[in-house]
Amino acid sequence: MTRPGWFSALLGVCLAAALTFLTLPVVAIFVDSSPGDLIASLGEPGALDALWLSLRTTAAAIAIILLVGTPAAYLLATRSFRGKAAVVTLIELPLVLPPAVAGIALLAAVGPSGILGGAIEAAGIELSLTTAGVVVALTFVASPFYVRQAMASFAAVDRTLLDASRTLGASEAHGFLRVMIPLAMPGLAAGTALALGRALGEFGATLMFAGSFQGITQTVPLAIYDRFSTDFDSALALSAVLVAVSAAILLSVKLVRGGEALGVVAR
Amino acid sequence: MLLAAVVAGCGGGSGKSTRLVVSAASSMTEALESCAPKFGDAENADVRLSFAGSDELAAQIRQGAKVDVYAAANTRIPDELHADDLLSTPVEFATNEFVLAVPKDSDIGSVEDLTKDGTKLVIGSESVPIGTYTRETLAKLPPDQEEAILANVRSNEPDVKGIIGKLTQGAADAGFVYVTDVNPTGGDLKAITLAKDLEPNVTYGAGVVKQAEQPELAKKFVEDLTEGDCALALADAGFGRAP
Repeated sequence: MTRPGWFSALLGVCLAAALTFLTLPVVAIFVDSSPGDLIASLGEPGALDALWLSLRTTAAAIAIILLVGTPAAYLLATRSFRGKAAVVTLIELPLVLPPAVAGIALLAAVGPSGILGGAIEAAGIELSLTTAGVVVALTFVASPFYVRQAMASFAAVDRTLLDASRTLGASEAHGFLRVMIPLAMPGLAAGTALALGRALGEFGATLMFAGSFQGITQTVPLAIYDRFSTDFDSALALSAVLVAVSAAILLSVKLVRGGEALGVVAR
Repeated sequence: MLLAAVVAGCGGGSGKSTRLVVSAASSMTEALESCAPKFGDAENADVRLSFAGSDELAAQIRQGAKVDVYAAANTRIPDELHADDLLSTPVEFATNEFVLAVPKDSDIGSVEDLTKDGTKLVIGSESVPIGTYTRETLAKLPPDQEEAILANVRSNEPDVKGIIGKLTQGAADAGFVYVTDVNPTGGDLKAITLAKDLEPNVTYGAGVVKQAEQPELAKKFVEDLTEGDCALALADAGFGRAP
């Protein structure tokens, strides 16, 4: 048992390096700002506007993602058809797109000079430089996180349960709502949390597509960037809030996933 | 991330032994990209250019970024850095013209037209020089006009590129920028000159960063900005000579 000694040491050193590298910047946010300053900076109207706007736009984006993404994910998980792999890949693509590409892509598609710009304007809808535009940007970047997770969760549900409900005379719609969604719930919740985290942190696509205006389009990440050069303390305070919220989201995912894992073991 | 961007710079890698890091205001992007390689070849140095809003670049220097030359779109920020002993005595090396930019087929012909309800105006954020110049200019107007124009502002962009992008994409009707930003849009935008009494005095200042790793080379680059290839490139891009 002497040979694994150096290897274990190497593993330990790498873990320590990774842990230090990943936690130090986050810890620094809190070390660099005293709790008093933090609360004082958050009392500033611009910061509160940004927090409130981030909450509203993220909630709207998540609502759209759940309403449209859940049935879409269910379809992808329960049906096979030609080109399904291509469809799944296309839906997942925004996951790996750089935010700047997402911003340009949204402008090219639904911006005023974009391919659908004329139609959107004719319908009396204004997206660029509006709160609705922020919701569009958040929905675009965050939805794949949810749809992917929801698909996997629906696929993992034991199909005999759905079939049983069908033989008892329930329609597929009824089975989807009463059997599939409750059984897939832990996975759906985890997917929601991931999408929530991504939407809250969105920066590049929002700035390029929706601009930056206090109370209208300046979400917390944009407010942090705006304060970076002039009011570093306030930028730190807002960052600390995002860290806390993100940590809470991650923790809730862990708890939900933990429950799911226990369920698997029990089964 | 931003510090990493500065360190990584924008210049391509080459086998040159010394590296000069230049942080310059976004509005000089085209001009400096054309002259910096010549300076690098002459001095056998790898010139790394980093472009962003002047305020942001200054904040990076205050946070300890390894930068040799700082060139800003005003003289106030270099003066402040000098006062805090972070920059050599700033040199005024160029001037720019502050204009109103509109899409080429726009009906807007003057600053007064911006008061019209529903005009979508995009300006620089208060922290960047272009935003400061914009607010100074609007403050010279009668208060009711200033108020009406500010009410039409739809976005406060972190740098000039954001304003130009919103205009060329048709997301906004008008924006305040430098004339040198309108020229490279290839005729998509047109510049409306402001009345002389409104126009702010836009002077660019540069200096050698106190923590510079190449102070001698940095000094030469600042001289090049005032009277070398970079001065010519700036003139070609539409900048004026500093008085």
